[in-house]
Amino acid sequence: MRGKTTIGTWIGFIMIMLWCLFPVAWILSLSFKSEGETATGSAQFLPKDPTFDNYSAILDNGDFTRALINSFGISLIATVLSVILATLAAYAIARLEFKGKRFVLSLALAIAMFPVVALVGPLFDMWTTFGLFNTWPGLIIPYMSFTLPLAIWTLSAFFREIPWEMEQAAQVDGATTWQAFRKVIVPLAAPGVFTAAILTFFFAWNEFVLAISLTSTTSSRTVPAQMSFFVGPDPFNPPYAQLATASVIVTLPVIVIVLLFQRKIVAGLTSGAVKG
Amino acid sequence: MTTTVAPDSERDVKRSPKKTVSDRTSAENRLGIKLVAPAVVLMLLVTAWPMIQALYLSLFRYRLTAPDDREFIGIDNYVTVLSDSLFWRDTWNTLLIMVVTVAVELVIGFAFAMVMHRIVFARGVMRTSILIPYGIITVVSAFAWQFAFSLNNGFVNSWFNWLPWIAEDTNWFGDHWPAMFAIMVSEIWKTTPFMALLLLAGLAQVSEDMLEAAKVDGATWWQRLWKVILPNMRAAIMVAVLFRALDAYRIFDNIFVMTRGAQDTESISFLTYRQVIEQMQLGLGSALSVILFLSVLLLAWLIVKLFKVDLAQARGEG
Repeated sequence: MRGKTTIGTWIGFIMIMLWCLFPVAWILSLSFKSEGETATGSAQFLPKDPTFDNYSAILDNGDFTRALINSFGISLIATVLSVILATLAAYAIARLEFKGKRFVLSLALAIAMFPVVALVGPLFDMWTTFGLFNTWPGLIIPYMSFTLPLAIWTLSAFFREIPWEMEQAAQVDGATTWQAFRKVIVPLAAPGVFTAAILTFFFAWNEFVLAISLTSTTSSRTVPAQMSFFVGPDPFNPPYAQLATASVIVTLPVIVIVLLFQRKIVAGLTSGAVKG
Repeated sequence: MTTTVAPDSERDVKRSPKKTVSDRTSAENRLGIKLVAPAVVLMLLVTAWPMIQALYLSLFRYRLTAPDDREFIGIDNYVTVLSDSLFWRDTWNTLLIMVVTVAVELVIGFAFAMVMHRIVFARGVMRTSILIPYGIITVVSAFAWQFAFSLNNGFVNSWFNWLPWIAEDTNWFGDHWPAMFAIMVSEIWKTTPFMALLLLAGLAQVSEDMLEAAKVDGATWWQRLWKVILPNMRAAIMVAVLFRALDAYRIFDNIFVMTRGAQDTESISFLTYRQVIEQMQLGLGSALSVILFLSVLLLAWLIVKLFKVDLAQARGEG
């Protein structure tokens, strides 16, 4: 099957590229349309008179830049903490025999399917009691719990593949325990940890339900939430071009990560579903 | 499985370095539990505990704006929800979106996976492109498609007005079915790549020898697809369907951005959100949360039973 490039494969290739990139091209094009152009209605795909005005306007918008900082901060902190906890758990799952291993894996699976909205009410209630409502930790804590399952699966699939005997081999060759860990295990485990981190970051960057429910001001509102409230005075005529510009800006980190690490992301995404 | 419990990180150095434990298994057991404990506690803290809380709150008439009027009313909230036509309409919408999007994604995703499996050039470019919809924020996808279908600023009407049911002035968000269509387009666009990647991993497990043998025996392309390829990647397909179906059942972001539930496009998640956050009906909202949770459980159970999904594989126990 592999190795033949037929006309069908070519058509398929073009279809996939169109599918993936066309809507991105659309928001990019929209972001260069002037406000006047979208206000009067501009049904054509490309801007009549391309302008950078939207970019300078949106980057001058304090609420948006603040939301961008919140998004980066919350996503990065949640990612780091979640990956640390998941690494410990995945190490135990991949290497140790202990009671409750199946319980942990089943719990992780159940939480991955959990309807997040069902938690909004009780969490709202709890967070106002504990003073976590509308704070960074108020989002970081639930983001950690919801990314842990994905991180644990990905990591335990990766850790199962590591030849752990090499650690002992290094010790036999005279390495100290710490050296054997640093020089042998860390380099082998790093790609898996990194992949889990990327997937976790994507989740936190994308999350919307909790972001609009557990925040009330720009002090902790993330970009998706901020964008959904950024509709302007007339709900039937939203600021198209500016929203498109915000979309482009918030998509840039995703594109950079994907460009740099595509191979790792694919490996991580499929490791949980198919024997790793 | 392993021979020694070697210290694996700074955290363990203090407790585990080869103390000759009399009972190694029990030591390994303890270490294992200690290592998974933080993750398990955190996962339970944010899901199980609030769920119990919701179960309790659902038995009260409780509005956040009037906390002192809290009153125990038993299962009345459940009766209210289950006898409300709004609840059933939203459940129907949600199920419809779930079935249609997953079915379409399965077909397109499989076609994409076949192409990606066969292609010999530009594999990196394609992998990169296919990850962009996956990584893009759902809210952004919703805006992109909302604008594409927009009456004044969208290109869909002017590009597709040769189709009999689309005119220059088709208002996609002015009616139930067109609005549902737009929502599903955004959902399908964003999540098909994920489906395609899962199916691609399944395709890679189909043995080339078997396909070759079928070919030699004179099987047509169609026969090879149905008799060799699909049965051999059953597990991957089922896991993909399970994950995507439960994900689609939770649909919220697209509806929130594109219609805010107008034109009867509300989903069950959106209804729950509206009760709790907008109307502050914590009692009624909690009842909805519990029902939503139970319906997801039921759905997961049904899919696992009906399609005989191998959960050990889904859990990554190879």
